[in-house]
Amino acid sequence: MIGLPFAYAAAGLVFTVIAVSAAFDRSNRKRWNNAAFWALLAASFLFGDAMGDLGNGIAVLALAVIGGVLGLGRGRQGVSDEEERRVRARRLGDALFAPILAISVATFAGSLFLPHLRAGGRPLVDPAQVTVVSLTLGVMVALGLAVVLTRPPPLAIAHEGQRLMDSVGAAAILPQILAALGAVFAVSGVGAAVARVAGAVAPLDNRWAVIAVFCLGMALFTFVMGNAFAAFPVMAAGLGAPVIVRRFGGDPAIMGALGMLAGYCGTLTTPMAAHNIIPTALLELPPGAVIRAQAPTAVIVFCANLAIMAALVFRY
Amino acid sequence: MWPLLGVGLVLAGLALRLNPLLVVVAGALATGVLAGKSFLAVIAALGHAYNGARFISVAFLVLPVVGLLERAGLQFRAQALVERLRAPSLAAILVGYLALRQLSAALGLLSIGGQANMVRPLIAPMAEAAQAAGSGRPPDEATRTSIRAYAASVDNVGAFFGEDIFVAVGSVLLIQAVLAGQGLSVQPLRVALWAIPTAIFAFVVHAVRLAVLGRRLAAAGR
Repeated sequence: MIGLPFAYAAAGLVFTVIAVSAAFDRSNRKRWNNAAFWALLAASFLFGDAMGDLGNGIAVLALAVIGGVLGLGRGRQGVSDEEERRVRARRLGDALFAPILAISVATFAGSLFLPHLRAGGRPLVDPAQVTVVSLTLGVMVALGLAVVLTRPPPLAIAHEGQRLMDSVGAAAILPQILAALGAVFAVSGVGAAVARVAGAVAPLDNRWAVIAVFCLGMALFTFVMGNAFAAFPVMAAGLGAPVIVRRFGGDPAIMGALGMLAGYCGTLTTPMAAHNIIPTALLELPPGAVIRAQAPTAVIVFCANLAIMAALVFRY
Repeated sequence: MWPLLGVGLVLAGLALRLNPLLVVVAGALATGVLAGKSFLAVIAALGHAYNGARFISVAFLVLPVVGLLERAGLQFRAQALVERLRAPSLAAILVGYLALRQLSAALGLLSIGGQANMVRPLIAPMAEAAQAAGSGRPPDEATRTSIRAYAASVDNVGAFFGEDIFVAVGSVLLIQAVLAGQGLSVQPLRVALWAIPTAIFAFVVHAVRLAVLGRRLAAAGR
């Protein structure tokens, strides 16, 4: 069965190439730091399951030291001349859009058709990982198309990947480490502590106050964890199910749907979320720029969402 | 209550703008130790979760393709496309992508958009080109920053408030599973249905803000 290991092997290969390319980038005076950082990611994708929990933990510490103390640098390798790019663009025309669109189309088509493929009576692709497998295949198709179309010198593929990875820098691994932080929070009993605090703060005899504390708790806990999926089980067990539904007779589907959306308003405003970290790095924006663009929408939608829950949850 | 101290440490470190990578790793170690675990056990727990979350970083697979296309001048083709569309406004491009992103996410097609495979190579350059075409000169650095930040925000708002309308998506199934664990049975279809009012409201609010951004930048560009 084709599943995550396939995507991880591809990612491991890409990071290996990027690490080697970074090691040869003489224009970057911190090139060995960059090379070591990307090599650790390559090792994680290729051998992560064989490294053991402690081995992976030490790799995380090493990433933090390289990225946070020694620092990554940026070189000029792979930076192409603007006039050359203009000329190439004129020559290649709109065909340049094809590889980018191919990623989306192939991912979509893969998600539709791959689940139906069978080999020896078993599904060919792991049903739970169809999207990741499709994305990996889509990237392979797009890379093939891009090479055929633009005919780059072979080293350019490595240099371009390295240029973009170096521009993202150490922030690249932050979302994955934040997910690990969430797991450490969970096993350390943070969720139970938050539920106790929320239960102690909420005036449990007033149904409107309970709804407000529930939605605020979702947004704040999501802000801390960077992920609404981590907040929902805690808040649903602490207030949603026992108080809003059981005591006051609220509708569980409405409580669940609008509670999760209150959490998403928290995601839009938190520096802990991958959704804000990755575009900040990819678009080379100053810290907080993406959050500032989102925060007013998040606040307004949060208030409306709270009002909608108050209006509907006891009615259906 | 001790583990909450670890949460406070992480928040304080980020508020002080210390290096986030160090803050997060130190926060994880502190939280685990405060909860009474041994230092090595916390490192192992961190490593275990890190290894299990690798799927998050698979998204970077796209970058070599994006880099090759940028090398071949993708940014200039995006500009040419904007000019050929008879110069749509900045707001028109961003609201158009917001609608596309939210509708496709509502149909379960979350992987069609994205910051790496749509915003960086296409949407951000098109938005910058629209601003340049409108004001007759390339946008300055501060204007570019806000255009790109809003382009990123569109992808997030569209994805968040679209995906919850699709029945078979992670969040709806998570809500169903968590509530089932609390002894409450809910229909995924009803969970998805009740996400619609907030989704429509979120689209309207963000679209209005994009229109305001377009006007503000147009006024500043004159």
